[in-house]
Amino acid sequence: MTGKTLAEKILTEKSGRDARAGDIIVAKVDLAFVQDTTGPLTVREFKNAGFEKLANPARTYLFLDHAAPSPNRQLSNDQVLLRQFAQETSAQISDVGNGVCHQIVAERIARPGDVIVGADSHTVSAGALGAFATGMGSTDVAVAMALGKTWFKVPETIKVILRGEMPRGVFAKDFILYLIGLIGAEGATYKALEFGGEVVKSMSISERLTIANMAIEAGAKIGIFPSDEKTRDYLIEQGRESDFREISPDSDAAYEKVLMINASGLVPMVAKPHRVDNVARIDEAKGIKVDEVFLGTCTNGRIEDLGVAARILKGKRCHPHTRLIIAPASRQVLGQAIRLGYVETFLEAGALILPPGCGACLGLHQGVLGDGEICLSTANRNFKGRMGNPEAFIYLASPATAALSAIKGEISDPREVL
Amino acid sequence: MTLGRAFKFGDDISTDLIAPGRLAHLRSNLPELAKHVLEDADPSFAQRVRPGDFIVASRNFGLGSSREHAPLIIKMSGVGAVIAKSFARIFFRNAINIGLPLLVADTDEIDDGDELEVNFKDGLIEDITKGRTITTSPIPDFMLGILNEGGLLPYLRKFGDFKLEEHK
Repeated sequence: MTGKTLAEKILTEKSGRDARAGDIIVAKVDLAFVQDTTGPLTVREFKNAGFEKLANPARTYLFLDHAAPSPNRQLSNDQVLLRQFAQETSAQISDVGNGVCHQIVAERIARPGDVIVGADSHTVSAGALGAFATGMGSTDVAVAMALGKTWFKVPETIKVILRGEMPRGVFAKDFILYLIGLIGAEGATYKALEFGGEVVKSMSISERLTIANMAIEAGAKIGIFPSDEKTRDYLIEQGRESDFREISPDSDAAYEKVLMINASGLVPMVAKPHRVDNVARIDEAKGIKVDEVFLGTCTNGRIEDLGVAARILKGKRCHPHTRLIIAPASRQVLGQAIRLGYVETFLEAGALILPPGCGACLGLHQGVLGDGEICLSTANRNFKGRMGNPEAFIYLASPATAALSAIKGEISDPREVL
Repeated sequence: MTLGRAFKFGDDISTDLIAPGRLAHLRSNLPELAKHVLEDADPSFAQRVRPGDFIVASRNFGLGSSREHAPLIIKMSGVGAVIAKSFARIFFRNAINIGLPLLVADTDEIDDGDELEVNFKDGLIEDITKGRTITTSPIPDFMLGILNEGGLLPYLRKFGDFKLEEHK
């Protein structure tokens, strides 16, 4: 019998049977969560099914982050419904202003080896900490909340090994955009993406979160990293060292395929409208005028992301025709950004600071684009209509590319200044 | 057996095209949201679609967000099934959970407006306009078990739990 991938290891432990790629198993769920645009349907399905109690209230979370704070009456009423449900069931609530669900899950909740299901496709983010974390619909999560378990088909795994050294001005975002361009928007559908290699070992949890977050943009069920010293350091920083455990794949695990990528050859990348896998090297997009630059989200709204942007923006002004909108991913990130002086740098550069949350990412408030407008965003999706207007155009790139592009008013190569 | 017309779409129909984020405030008012189904892909679709019609698409239908409202409003519009070359994972699972039939088939030869007859039991699509029969790939047994009950909640009401061994 061959060894196990990370997905097989975690699902073996959580199902109590030998879980191998292709098997259908029922696994214990360590964390189930919803957010404010998927949660109301979960609550209604939970009640429709006749469920009354949560299997594990301490590890059931309702996040109010997508409309934060709510821009209209209907979404406010949805949030009222979620707050009431939390009171009735003793579920945990993270209210508006705390930040994006995936960021809070990373900071406070996820543990290596956990099975995590969230009614949000970017639940995959927690794979950065070595969790089997995947997005599901409202009904699946309602059932997981009630029963404390769910079913999975154990995924085949594509191993991605990143070797060499990341060049100056090239970031985790550029790598994951490159990978999505390479394998396509359904290159990993139904599968696990498991990351490894020397570059990954030296990557911070923030960088790993950027990569795991976008695994879904290649269709993957999970995007997962082994837990290691970087994971331990992060958990210590977050005051929860006892949540650490080491988890890594067996050396003789069976992979569907192994992709070797040489980091040294990577360059800054952009995803062009209207598909995430429509990626190009920065040279091919340089000079395109941008009306809005959006820095933030579960993909790139962490302190390291704001830090690299602040370095580029320090003492500079945004282009007069370009607005820079910044949304820290969490309250913790905003606090750090204030203490480190980044917020002052942003304000002096003419940027607009949003409260922690999803901000302009999904088009329901805080930076909806006008007809024909072009946005360069650090988010994970550029689908037609994503930022509230099907007549607008979205490019995706790293925070460094975003910051320099805001100064120049056009898509720019951050290697010019880094 | 269901008879209906084909509404043809291309690759990568995202959940943002089916149920846009800008309409998130209508998600607790599904009849109203359903009036906008697929609006950003085809603004006239919601008015033209009739009960029993089919959405016929190419690759990776339903990619993107986990919003279950996307398959829900397709089902509410009366669509008999979504037929595509491939589906995104979360959309596929959501559609089964809410009882919206999906069929995986080579859709290249089906054109917009073709009259189709779908035999779910045998997994066959009859393109009456073209006089062709198209075979479909079977849905995994366990998921078919959920779909046959009309979705995940009716399934759990009947069985009380996930019954893996009954669908081997």
